[in-house]
Formats: sequence, structure tokens, C-alpha cells
Amino acid sequence: MTDITKEALSPPRSFLSQDAIQLFYRLLAVFLICAVLAVLNDSFLSLGNILNVLRQASLTFFIASGLTLVVLTAGLDLSVGANVALSACVAGTVIHTTGSPALGILTGLACGGIVGLLNGIMVTALRIPSFIATYGMLWVLNGLTYWYMAGETLHGFPAGFRQIGSGYLFGLPIPVYLLLVFLGIGTLFAQRTIWGQEIYAIGANPVAARLSGIPVTRRLLLVYAVSGTMAGLASIIFLSRLNSAEADIGESLTLPAIAAVLIGGTSLFGGVGTVFGTFIGALILTLVLNGMNLLAVSANWQPLVTGIIVILAVWLDMKTRRRAQ
Amino acid sequence: MREAAVVSQPNPLQRIPGVAIVLGVLIVLFGAIAPGFLSAANLSNVLVQSTILTMLALPMTLIIMTEGLDLSMGAVLTLTSLCVAIVSLATQSMLLGLGAGVLVGAAFGIVNGWLVAITGIPPFVATLGTLGMAQGLSLIVSDGQSVVGIPHSVRDIYSATLLGIPVPVVIALVTYAAFHGLLYHTRFGSYVFALGGNREALRYAGLSPNKLLIAVYAIGGTMAGIAGLLMTARMNSGHPTAGLGLEFDAIAAVAVGGTSFERGNGWLLGTLLGVLSVGVLRNGLNLISLPSSVQVASVGVLVIVALFLDGLRSRS
Repeated sequence: MTDITKEALSPPRSFLSQDAIQLFYRLLAVFLICAVLAVLNDSFLSLGNILNVLRQASLTFFIASGLTLVVLTAGLDLSVGANVALSACVAGTVIHTTGSPALGILTGLACGGIVGLLNGIMVTALRIPSFIATYGMLWVLNGLTYWYMAGETLHGFPAGFRQIGSGYLFGLPIPVYLLLVFLGIGTLFAQRTIWGQEIYAIGANPVAARLSGIPVTRRLLLVYAVSGTMAGLASIIFLSRLNSAEADIGESLTLPAIAAVLIGGTSLFGGVGTVFGTFIGALILTLVLNGMNLLAVSANWQPLVTGIIVILAVWLDMKTRRRAQ
Repeated sequence: MREAAVVSQPNPLQRIPGVAIVLGVLIVLFGAIAPGFLSAANLSNVLVQSTILTMLALPMTLIIMTEGLDLSMGAVLTLTSLCVAIVSLATQSMLLGLGAGVLVGAAFGIVNGWLVAITGIPPFVATLGTLGMAQGLSLIVSDGQSVVGIPHSVRDIYSATLLGIPVPVVIALVTYAAFHGLLYHTRFGSYVFALGGNREALRYAGLSPNKLLIAVYAIGGTMAGIAGLLMTARMNSGHPTAGLGLEFDAIAAVAVGGTSFERGNGWLLGTLLGVLSVGVLRNGLNLISLPSSVQVASVGVLVIVALFLDGLRSRS
């Protein structure tokens, strides 16, 4: 029996209370990590560090929010990091050659969106399992980006453009405002629109969704395109924050984004999870990595810790859901 | 039990065309456009360069047959290669280095198998997590630096010959023979077919599918350990990104070789031809002066095309 049929055959359960409990645990985790770090390190509670954590979390969140929709449909997008790298390099080139940041931003978003759409086509029309299709895409994008950049680095962008990633408004970094905007849009879209509800339905039971008249292929294409476009958005923030673009900037982004989605309680088997949960997930992961940084743990430890967190998050999620059923 | 194995047995005649055509087309194509491709020296070079991939693609075939996947193989190979380098440097002993690599690789394989079999975490996520762990450990043990000054005993493995055949090719052939025997001529082999096709049958036969699954992943980790020795010998150093993405070439070889991701069928000779296809593709693109980035992208395209065709076959 596959997990999808298991999910479909399980007795209906109250989503609200289950989700409320899950959210409570995660907020508790945020509070505990903050408390521990505040005790261990004086500079953790400084305004500068808190703003830094929020800005870092927002970068992870942009990639992870689109990915959340994909995971809600029981799919996965492993190409997001490589997509960020390609989109950043393409957008950077456009800004350099035309001198227009607006045009660069549009190209970056379009590049991300097109890659996402191609992922969607592979998953729907070619019917390749999503994790392997997007894994193939990862290497195609990596190859393209390295070939296109040929070892070069793009740097030096207009001051106005750099404000997007590094500027402040009323004392808060601009990415944090973008985070709030996209958190709002994402939550409204998933929870309050018919399309959003259809995405949950596809993840919970694709066959039932198809039989009840949901245009499954079109919704899946939308979901992968949104995931790609959000990677495009993240590439713009990266470009303006770093003030440079290199072929390798995406390599360390995919695992944290997946970690944020899974820590946030979105189930790999589809149909369960929220965009807000992913925000909390991004916050927890960033707090852990920031804490390691403050405690002078070498950055070499980050992939090890992120890997362990991914496995723990899925394992805990599966355990708690099994018990709830 | 026997019935399950018979149902899962591939029909090689249906498969030979697919991967053999791919390999044939690639050889004819690069023979025509790449100068020196068909020279004996270059062809022998392709064979030697394909050995490390063979060591990964054979166990990957078994893992994919169980409807699993091991994304951590490249990162584990990197780590075992570093272990071989560090231990052989410290002890000046090739065998101790190999032992360390095999131990670390097998440990990762067992962890992968345990996660997949016991916790039930989907293989691609479980092994993505261990990929991060192996990558992190590689950075930690090497401190991000290359390990140089490897003893000659290690380095010579890659350049030595036996009866005129390069030693890495001999190792790959012996490995192939061992896997062929294991999969087609032992009970364990038919259990592996059943893991993909009919796990219930294993339970009725009084066997533990979980233990068998852990064994399959452990074989993968162990092979990554042996491949780690070849990698260290080939680069004459240990490097913290040496095996990056090699799991993808292995998945490509298995997919092109006609092992199905959906039906749990496997074909080892197809995987071997798939390894050669990937090797010829990379070598040929290299000869016509296309950078390694283009090679990476074209292997990506190869996988997507192979999986698309696999999907078509399984529906027809």
C-alpha cells in the first residue's frame, strides 16, 4: 500500500486542533532556542543580531515558501538552489548591459519562473517523479550557469538596486517587509482561495482530486512555476545583498530551504502543512545556524547540522502524525 | 517467492536496443566529430575513467531496484576518499587507508538503510540528509583543505597494470562479476528482486525485508568506500569536493541502462553500458573542447530523456 492510499483511507481527523498543537510545539522551540542562546551569548539579544537573523530567515523563507506549495502536492523541487544561481547571474548580466534594475528584476523573476514551469512540464506531461526530474534540472542548471559565467564574477550594481537587499526602512531591513508581504500573500493564497484549497486536495489524494473535477495538471504547473518564481525573487535579494553574482551561490541553499519546509510541519506525503509553518521553520533553522556562528563554531559544521535537522524533522513529523492517527 | 522473482526478471532482449543504441550513437557521433576519440589510448582512457562510476552505479542499481535512491553516494565517496588519504598518510599503509574508507562508507550505508527501512523516511529525503552530513564531515575532517603527500602504494593502484590491463579496470571487472553473481545466482539476489516487486512475499517466507534493505544500502556505502581508494589514487590527494555530484552520474547510468524507477526491475549489464555511455559522453565533449559544465548539463538532459522513455515503456 502506498502512503497516498494510507492517507486517503485513514479516518478523517480534525486538522485545526492537530495543526494548532504542531504550531505550539514549534513556537515553543523558537522560544527555547532563543532562551538558550541568550544565556550562552550576550550579543544574541542585540538589535543588530536580531535584525540579522530576520534578514537571513527571510532569504531562506522566499525559497522555502514556493517550495512549500510543491511539497503540499506531495512533490519536491530540488532545483531551487541552482535556479537561484542561474537567475541571479542572468539578472545581473541584464542590469550590467542595460543599466536598468527594473528590467533585471523582471528577467530574474521570469528566468526563475520559466525554470519552474519546465519542472512542472517534466512532472505532469512527461510524468517523471518530481524528485528525480528536479534533481536532473539541478545539474542542467548548474552546468548552464558555470558555462555562462565561465569563472567570472559580476559585481557592482546601482545603489538604488542594492537597497532591496541591504537597505532599511523605519529601522527594519527591507527584506523583512518583503517577508511579511509574501507570508501574507502565501497564507491567503493557500488557505483562503479555491486554487489553494485545490492544491491541498491534490496532495491529499490526487485521484480523488482528478475525479472531483480539479484541473490537476494546470494546478501542478502553477505550483512549480510559483516555486521557480520565488527562487527568482530570492536571486534578486541575493544579488542586491551581496552586490555580486557567481555561479556557485546556489549550492548551499537547497538543503536549508527543504529543512525549513519540513521543520515547519509540511508533510512530505502531501496535503498537510502551512506557509506560516514554513516561516517558523526558516526562523528555527536560522536561529540554530546563527547560534552556532555566535558560539564560534566553524561554518564547516553547517551542512552536517542541517542534514541532521532534515532527518530529525521528517522523523518527528512522521512519529507525531502516526500517533495522532 | 520464486514466482515473485520470475515476475520481476527483466527481459534483456527488450532492453538491449535502448542503451546499446545510446552507446552506439555516442561512439559513432564522437568518432566522427572528435579528433582522436577512436584511438586506443583514448578508449583505454574512457575505460579507466569509468571505473569509479562503475563502483557506484552497480550498487545504485540494487538500491533503485528496491524502489529506493541514494543521493548521498557522491558525498560519502568524498568522505571515504578523505579517510583513505588521511589514514594512509598517517600510517603509510594502503590497506589501513582502504579499511578506514570501507568502514566509514559501510557505516553511512547502514545509517541510510536504517533510516529508509526502520523509520520509513522516503529514501530521497533520508539520503539528502545524510548527503549534508557526509559533506559536513568532509569539510570538518579536512578543514576545507586538500590532503596531499599520499604514499606511493595508494597512488600506484591507479596507474599500475595487470597483464597489460589497467588495475582500476581489473577491479571494476571483478566487481561487476561479483555483483552479477550476487544478483542472479544467489538467494540474496532474488530477495533483492522481491524487495522491489513483492515485499509481502518476503514476509510470508519468514524473512525480514528491513534487514535486507539495510544490507542493500550497506553494500552501497561499502562500495563508495572502495571507490574512495580509487578516487584518492586518481587525484593523488584527498579533496573535500572530489566526489561532488558523482551520485548523479551513477543515477544517470542506471536510468540509461534501463533499470526502472517504478517497477523495481534491474539489469546490471545495462547499468555497465550506461556507465560507458556517460563516460563516452563526458570524454567526447571534453575532446571537442566543451567545458565540464556542459558535460554536467548534458548528463542532466540524458537522465531526463531516459526517465521519460522509461515512463513511456512502463505505460505501454
